Amino acid sequence: MLRFVYRANGSQVMAEATGGDAAMRAFGATQEVPVFDDPAFTALGKPLSEARVAIVTSAALHRPDQERYATGDTGFRALERADRNLVMGHWSPNFDHTGFQIDLNVVYPIDRLEELAASGVIGDVAPRHFAFAGNQPDTVSEVRLDTGPACANELLADAVDVVLLTPV
Amino acid sequence: MSTLAHVFEAAGLSTIVLASMKEVAEKMAPPRTLYCEFPLGRPLGLPGDAEFQTDVLTRAFALLDASEPILETHPEVIESEEAPMSCSIPPRFDASLPPAVDEAQGLRAAYDRAVEARGVTAVGRSIDADTVADALGVLDQWANGASWQEVALPDQNILAVGHDIRAYYTEAALELASGPTPGGRAVEAWFWEETEAGKTMMAARGALKEQEAPFPFWFYLAPAHR
Repeated sequence: MLRFVYRANGSQVMAEATGGDAAMRAFGATQEVPVFDDPAFTALGKPLSEARVAIVTSAALHRPDQERYATGDTGFRALERADRNLVMGHWSPNFDHTGFQIDLNVVYPIDRLEELAASGVIGDVAPRHFAFAGNQPDTVSEVRLDTGPACANELLADAVDVVLLTPV
Repeated sequence: MSTLAHVFEAAGLSTIVLASMKEVAEKMAPPRTLYCEFPLGRPLGLPGDAEFQTDVLTRAFALLDASEPILETHPEVIESEEAPMSCSIPPRFDASLPPAVDEAQGLRAAYDRAVEARGVTAVGRSIDADTVADALGVLDQWANGASWQEVALPDQNILAVGHDIRAYYTEAALELASGPTPGGRAVEAWFWEETEAGKTMMAARGALKEQEAPFPFWFYLAPAHR
């Protein structure tokens, strides 16, 4: 599929998607995914400038002192607002891990949230953020029924209003 | 991610997904999705570019104004770079060692500087930096015909050892390289195409397949498209 691509030098060209990312996206498009009947929709009942925001990522981030992620780990790790020395424990070799090494905000935009809170765009940055491992069993039943709801309870305990979900 | 969005919404939280695979997001239909065709592993697009990252967040938060499920696409496409980053490798020091072992030892100073600068390392899933060269020595033996069941790695978790070797190399490479920030997959291409470790690991992967080692042991040592 041809689409517009913005080059680093600012130019814009039409290009075909090729390479490792295109291969992974083509693979992803063929995967069976869980379908949710009658999904919930929670409107934000207040202005964004009064909302508390948390990040939840599937990048398997953790502090060096926290338990590492096993392959197929369905649990989550809590990251403190001030944590910056984080490690990406994801098991897939099929995506870039180096962007995170260069700047963790490209996966976990915690500094950007602090700036948006300081400038009043969002109300507040949550005291804790959470990480799961993205490579889950196909049914994701543990995340749906156990660890996902448990993480939601942690977020609600911190009075979070908005969750930004970032994949890798 | 989309699964968690549905779970969190049901619990009374408002969610926004930064999606990296459009078809998956369309099928799973989380309430608010910003699809971003950025390099996989870089959901905010550009490392070190706060302005661009803030633009992504601003577009994401704007989806909270919608009163029903919404999927928007970020107008910019950022492609991964498939060409190897420019990063020179230290010259051979001890010709008696397998090339990958010699190379890994030569990168140690750069790796140590990287850890000092970042304060953290991804090496250590199963082996530490002191053991990377030893592990490459075993992979070199596999690549040259030794049985993976008779010549053992320092840790039996082959995939963890593979991650540790790649992390050691990429952290050292990012410390050594100058010039513009490498795009997605530019460091990957450097590792697999230009380093002795990458060539050795790929050859060991082929040898594991030949020796009929279990599929996950060898397949996930390298990106699937390689």
